[in-house]
Amino acid sequence: MTTNLPRQPFHVAIVGGGGTGGALAHDLVLRGFRVTLVERGELTSGTTGRHHGLLHSGARYAVKDRESAVECIEEREILRRVCPGTFEENDGLFVAITDEDVAYEPLFVESCLASGIPARRVSREEALRLEPHLNPDLKMAVQVPDATMDAMRMPLRFFASAKAGGAVIRPWTAVTELLVADHLVSGIRVRDLTNGVEEEIQADLVVNATGPWAEQLAVMAGCDVPIRPSPGVLLAVRGRWCNMVVNRLHPSGDGDIVVPQRGLSVVGTSSWVVDDPDDLGVPEDHVERMYAEGAAMIPAIRTAERRAAWSAARPLIGSRDADSGRELSRTFKCFDHRETDGVEGFVTISGGKGTTLRAMAETTADVICRKVGVEAPCQTREVVTLPHTAYYAA
Amino acid sequence: MTETVTNARTTRLVVSRRKEGDDPGALRYDTFDVAVGPSTTILDALVAIRRELDPTLTFRHSCFHASCGTCGMRVDGREGLACVTPVPTRDEVTVEPLGNLPVVSDLVVDMNVFYDEFDEAGRPLVRADDLIPECAPAEGIDQVERYEDCIECGICLSACPVAGSDPRYVGPAALAAAWRLIDEPRGRDPGPVLSLMDDEQGAWRCHLAWECSEACPSGVDPAAAIMRLRGAAAAARVRRLFSFGGNR
Repeated sequence: MTTNLPRQPFHVAIVGGGGTGGALAHDLVLRGFRVTLVERGELTSGTTGRHHGLLHSGARYAVKDRESAVECIEEREILRRVCPGTFEENDGLFVAITDEDVAYEPLFVESCLASGIPARRVSREEALRLEPHLNPDLKMAVQVPDATMDAMRMPLRFFASAKAGGAVIRPWTAVTELLVADHLVSGIRVRDLTNGVEEEIQADLVVNATGPWAEQLAVMAGCDVPIRPSPGVLLAVRGRWCNMVVNRLHPSGDGDIVVPQRGLSVVGTSSWVVDDPDDLGVPEDHVERMYAEGAAMIPAIRTAERRAAWSAARPLIGSRDADSGRELSRTFKCFDHRETDGVEGFVTISGGKGTTLRAMAETTADVICRKVGVEAPCQTREVVTLPHTAYYAA
Repeated sequence: MTETVTNARTTRLVVSRRKEGDDPGALRYDTFDVAVGPSTTILDALVAIRRELDPTLTFRHSCFHASCGTCGMRVDGREGLACVTPVPTRDEVTVEPLGNLPVVSDLVVDMNVFYDEFDEAGRPLVRADDLIPECAPAEGIDQVERYEDCIECGICLSACPVAGSDPRYVGPAALAAAWRLIDEPRGRDPGPVLSLMDDEQGAWRCHLAWECSEACPSGVDPAAAIMRLRGAAAAARVRRLFSFGGNR
């Protein structure tokens, strides 16, 4: 299935060991590039690992963000193919609790279908049969092909494949400096936190795949990335209160999703904006809201034991004037800093979400190929990734 | 700290700072005073230390809710996931890496050893759900899909007294994974895995200390799985003994 593309004489340094960085390393290795990826902590320890574990059908975005919705349903199908055995494919239910929710249904279903997302109206009785713990007062529901992912193990498949293909993956390696001279980025200076050794890594291109930290890294090269770190609070309670992903059938809001994960149910999320993605906090009133809104869909959540509450920062692209983050698109963007800041050798990929990690990588690798004048087609739509355990193979 | 608290107290974290290649006898600890609130976890405290006091502190973490299994460590000598272990209400708390695995740096252990053994069991990540009565599949649905409970954290291996004294022992996680495959083969032949684990360094090496099941943060009960493996292995031996003219 894979074509053995000729080795390229180019070395790409990727900063950021989240899902995007991992998928990009995999993509570039398949296109023949030499790749080094550095991450200051454990892989997926930033935003990637903290998300609620939803493999989006795209239904959540269908009404207001068609571009993201179409991206999601396409990527969902590709990921199922290249990451077999990695998802709980039990579908999702969007449940209508109020008359207002019911009134939202025609637009919702129509928008899903127009985005290529299968959506089926389900009666109250059938919904309760499918998921007996749902609020018995629900009016009706819509079934869509949502699924659950393991927020760390799915991306690890890309890291495992990249590593097996020759990429050097270095967790616990912090970037201390971007090597910049005359508007050209020529590499990174890093400190290996496991032994304190500092060194320079020369690269033909440096990719900023640091998610909500993108702005912090970009300023090291005098560049600007209009990123808004937009955290949300998530709550995990004990008990698997649903097998399908349960969403509230209404415009995107707080606490409107419950994702089953092993013996836990994860309720998410809220949305606000911060300046420093390292200092999010977990506002207790948001946790309370997760309990209340989650219980509106699944009453047992009200009294379920709290296992954990945490915050994750979405890397949303957009105006710094945004105040809640909800108004910003969930799609992604690749910035070639030669075009935006007159700085060569430096590319930022940001925005997006777990479900679209592969597409983000493809877009970025296309930009990289164009920049260095290499013609090498993307292969990540077809190449099956290695199991996550292969990352740890000696 | 990671939350707004009015009644913050200060706890001293005594954190192991060993590096790869250090003499295991040469213990080194750093102390950090951290303001903590009622729901501050050990992981929250470590993140705060890294942000505010020492950016070179290394530890593993990812999901923050006991799903990924990366933040297993020992808090005052007991294994747990840092993300769901509240900072104890004591003046001083000691945080150390998991035992029975090589230390890479500070609280980071080398998981390759763990996965080498785990991989031999060959257990898939997703299973068909037959164990969760509260969420049995609806009528008309054959089965639902569900991740295996084991989150591959290494805590059971760290807690196991046998693994501590004999590195050749396969260990509780791998044995529990093997049992899952034998219990629910999902189209695969469980025979080779059973033979592999029917070994003096496999299912028969366990001393029944039950520490693994006590420490497991994800409800796997490796000790019970090891007992069932023994039963299956013994039954297979008996079958072989009486299978005259069989292919063994």
